Amino acid sequence: MTTETATRPSGSSFVNVGERTNVTGSAAFKKLILAGDYTKAVEVARQQVENGAQIIDVNMDEGLLDAVHAMTTFLKLIAAEPDIARVPVMIDSSKWEVIEAGLKCVSGKPIVNSISMKEGEEAFLAHARKCMDYGAAVVVMAFDEKGQADTKVRKVEICERAYKLLTGIGFPAEDIIFDPNVFAVATGIEEHDRYALDFIEAAREIRARCPHVHISGGLSNLSFSFRGNETVRRAMHSVFLYHAIPAGMDMAIVNAGQLDIYDQIDPVLREACEDVLLMRHPDATERLITLAESYKGKDAVAEKAAEEWRGWDVVRRLEHALVKGIDLYVVEDTEEARAEIFARGGRPIEVIEGPLMQGMNTVGDLFGSGKMFLPQVVKSARVMKKAVAHLIPFIEAEKEEGARPKGRIIMATVKGDVHDIGKNIVGVVLQCNGYEVIDLGVMVPWSKILEVAKAEDVDMIGLSGLITPSLDEMVTVAEEMQRAGFTIPLLIGGATTSKVHTALRIDPAYDGPVVHVLDASRAVGVASQLLSDTQRDGFVEATAGEYQHVRDLRAGKEASVLLSLADARANAYLPDLSEKAPPPEQPGIHVFPEWDLADLAECIDWTPFFRAWELAGNYPAILDDEIVGESARSLYADARKMLDQVIAEKWFTAKGVAGFWPCHREEDDVVLYLPEEERHVRLPFLRQQIRKSRDRKNMCLADFIDPQGDWLGGFAVGIHGIEPHLARFQAAHDDYNDILLKALADRFAEAFAERLHQHVRTTLWAYAPGEQLTNEALIKEQYRGIRPAPGYPACPDHTLKPILFDLLNATENTGITLTESQAMLPTAAVSGFYLAHPESEYFGVARIGRDQVEDYAVRRGFDLATTERWLRPNLD
Amino acid sequence: MTITPSAARAALLEQAGQRILITDGAFGTEIQNWKLSEADYAGNLGLSRDQKGNNDILALTAPHVPESIHRAYFAAGADIAETNTFSANRISQADYGAEHLVREINLESAKLARRVADEFQSDDGRPRFVAGAIGPTNKTLSLSPDVNDPGFREIDWDFLVEVYREQAEALVEGGADFILVETVFDTLNAKAAIMAVRLLEQQLGREVPIMLSMTLTDLSGRNLSGHTVEAFWYAVRHARPVTIGLNCSFGAAQLRPHVRALSQIADTLIMVYPNAGLPNELGQYDEMPATTAGLVHEWAEHGQVNVLGGCCGSTPEHIAAIARSVQGLPPRTLPQHRTATALAGLEPFVMA
Repeated sequence: MTTETATRPSGSSFVNVGERTNVTGSAAFKKLILAGDYTKAVEVARQQVENGAQIIDVNMDEGLLDAVHAMTTFLKLIAAEPDIARVPVMIDSSKWEVIEAGLKCVSGKPIVNSISMKEGEEAFLAHARKCMDYGAAVVVMAFDEKGQADTKVRKVEICERAYKLLTGIGFPAEDIIFDPNVFAVATGIEEHDRYALDFIEAAREIRARCPHVHISGGLSNLSFSFRGNETVRRAMHSVFLYHAIPAGMDMAIVNAGQLDIYDQIDPVLREACEDVLLMRHPDATERLITLAESYKGKDAVAEKAAEEWRGWDVVRRLEHALVKGIDLYVVEDTEEARAEIFARGGRPIEVIEGPLMQGMNTVGDLFGSGKMFLPQVVKSARVMKKAVAHLIPFIEAEKEEGARPKGRIIMATVKGDVHDIGKNIVGVVLQCNGYEVIDLGVMVPWSKILEVAKAEDVDMIGLSGLITPSLDEMVTVAEEMQRAGFTIPLLIGGATTSKVHTALRIDPAYDGPVVHVLDASRAVGVASQLLSDTQRDGFVEATAGEYQHVRDLRAGKEASVLLSLADARANAYLPDLSEKAPPPEQPGIHVFPEWDLADLAECIDWTPFFRAWELAGNYPAILDDEIVGESARSLYADARKMLDQVIAEKWFTAKGVAGFWPCHREEDDVVLYLPEEERHVRLPFLRQQIRKSRDRKNMCLADFIDPQGDWLGGFAVGIHGIEPHLARFQAAHDDYNDILLKALADRFAEAFAERLHQHVRTTLWAYAPGEQLTNEALIKEQYRGIRPAPGYPACPDHTLKPILFDLLNATENTGITLTESQAMLPTAAVSGFYLAHPESEYFGVARIGRDQVEDYAVRRGFDLATTERWLRPNLD
Repeated sequence: MTITPSAARAALLEQAGQRILITDGAFGTEIQNWKLSEADYAGNLGLSRDQKGNNDILALTAPHVPESIHRAYFAAGADIAETNTFSANRISQADYGAEHLVREINLESAKLARRVADEFQSDDGRPRFVAGAIGPTNKTLSLSPDVNDPGFREIDWDFLVEVYREQAEALVEGGADFILVETVFDTLNAKAAIMAVRLLEQQLGREVPIMLSMTLTDLSGRNLSGHTVEAFWYAVRHARPVTIGLNCSFGAAQLRPHVRALSQIADTLIMVYPNAGLPNELGQYDEMPATTAGLVHEWAEHGQVNVLGGCCGSTPEHIAAIARSVQGLPPRTLPQHRTATALAGLEPFVMA
């Protein structure tokens, strides 16, 4: 035989089916599954594929197991392992219910192992039809109503009958794989001596009679008599295949890592095996048994060869584990890295910032360049999480008392969008890295994002969206964050988002850091830099610079749709000035140190209150709404109860101030005259510059003021006293009442602004003394005049607030202060101007041109850079 | 039980034997042009959640919108109308609090598409077809949303099969000729859809031909569940789809190699409806109709396609340009089926 060429049974037409993930064939695997150690069990599958298994057989038929549960659990787990899932699966069970449960978990086209005529033709064909509907090939066991086929004749007869039945119902012949039963030889029982030879001869016959089918078999049965003697078993398997393959066997369930090359088997052993399998000597079995003794304990094959990477240095090992998504050794490797760093005086966090981040960056690069795909990234994230989990106690231990955890991040898919896979993945990746993620789900309105961000004191907000309208919604979120005075970073991600859109549209809408995150794998790098004491400033600056550069490149491209400031002014709105309001009856400053809360409660607009709680509908109809009515009623009852308590126990103090000044318009400025101080105050306003269609005007608030002399008012109202009550709720972990009270305070502030405006119209300014409006009409603003607020669309410059406050002496008169970003404290506060001309209306200034910015800077008395910073939302 | 063969399948095959057929283009971007308000979407259905963005519900609240879009695409030269039902399934509609309307939305959507199709057919005698579109839902059978628990699934097979069956049943009842399982990002979801149609066929006693369209999530040519186009074809060939192909995700330029790969192995009609290029940085599709038409013309010239159309960003002008550009070109001839055992994991595995 030595003259024959070496043939390894993995030639192009022969298929290795991995057998190690089979509880009936592998004691080690059975032990893992029984112990519920699926992590190691998955590693067994990986090794199978790495060792060359082209298909993996999964079998959970074990009396102590819930086979359906074990099968589906394991199949779902390996589906998450691209290195394993790349090959087809063979769902192996003698129970149809286990097979069918498995078919529901396997994508791709698997093989069912097996169906047979054991229970008759009807059941056989029913199962075959199901396999067609699920899209699976089948292994058909040579088994019929009478039993398992043991002789060549029976094997051929049963397979041929099955073939005719299957092709008769349209089952594709090429999807049929016959298993004519490999039985144990060399058992000492004479009838068993022919088993190997019968299989080989039957295979040849079946292939001839049944076109396109395949022949498979489980090899481990064959050498059953030599359990514990791996050398002999391997030799028997190799020799068997060497002869069965030419006869037509083209698939076998084998341990792919344990097949020997025929030529390299010890010739003495090889010949002894051949004698047994091919029945070449009557005493062949006896001779093999004798010979086998000398091979016992010699199976010192380096099974660990595939584990070469375990010998690498720890940094490389961690990177390899991350890239490959192998979490088996990650804890020990992480510990080794930590100990090494500790030994040279380093801190545990350096393991994360060093080798682990390095590994994740490699993952990010591979993913970004299309060499890795999403499931792999998610898996890498899991490895990362395990490593981080190991490090956390060490990091905690060296932390000072009261130090914050790593960071809290809101994730939300914006309003109008229901796509959340990407967002979920980013959330998972961030969680893996020790961030606390508050996932708000899909279709999240900006109000809820801000509300939760405030309530949960988050460090960062992450927005996601897939459809194009989401881009605009993200800008809205950014604008609202700006309006609410946020400064925390805003992360942007999702399929249609881009660096350019972020730079051009979102970043300018919000003064805090805005970062476009290209994909899930980048999220951690971005988050960690933004929350790092040492890296944050540099990163924020670099990103802002990058976006500025993008904007610079774009500058001019869209300028054409803007009118020049001169042209915009030429298209100013010209109200009928003969209709202007008379001078106020009570000019000067009016202070209201404690407005009656009960009076304000009557003017509350409840609709936004319900909207804040995600209950859609208008008050009071919402209380009877078929779907949300019940929750709305319950919420409203709680709110009214709290409201009563707030009023009765005077939890809040409503302080306000209003004032009126003579003025006139100078171009786009309104110049006030303060008679007592004998000085002028200039209020510059911004004008719309976007080219208007038809006869629509380019509006500016100054348009409503008479150049020949007019009046302008101002006001500020605030609701004080909430803090001790919030502290009480927070101490009791009572989020519900905490939010409820904040929402009520906001409602009080709005109601106060509305009520004070009414008082101004009817009494103080008294330009509409006879106004008789219902509460509903009041809420709908069905009155003359407007009260635009600095920082809102008609008057986007927040820096008019300090001027207004100065005019009103608001801080002294109402206790409201301004932060450096011009946010009002307490947060339940409203301030603005009063314009009384009957034609005055709200509008949005929107995008303005550079000419107006330069002009405005002079009028406002700022340098250009400061002006641009405050007007950024209105700039390109 | 016997299943009556579908006449629509035969009619489509007959037409496809003569020329390259045209399916329609995007609905989402066309609907956006209507600038509909929340009130337009919501109608008087009295639903508790905002409906803006729920394009499918327009069949009930503003049927003139999808109807006029169907009309525009047929006028542009389309042979096939895809119903505006991409998200009209229990799972997706639950996000809008409209899951109880799934049957009605699909029924009405199919009816209105059928009505317009029949109108055009009776005008010029050319057969028009209605494909009942079934989207993937936003849940996946193959991936876990929880990294700590990779074995976790948000939904299971039996549930998803019933979700699809419910939708397919209403579409067929409304007059759809085919069930188009489109934008397949998870192959196992598609397999569940196939099972759902099989159950429906048993229920109705007649064949409901399937069209399948995969969507790629990366340029190497895999969908989200990780399957290559070849693996996908082998995983779904048992559906005996009347068409197989690709849609969405990329423009025609990026799909080119994958169309060719699929064209070489699939022994059924190839239908491709790419996006109008890639969205620009502002999320808008700005590929000109002539550009898209030029790119798909190349496939037609190489005999790689049988049905062409458009996905995101395409307009009736795109469809008209495509129809003009492939007019007179011979359709792809189907490759001979090679009798070989083709299995699939994430990658194809063919036994010699």
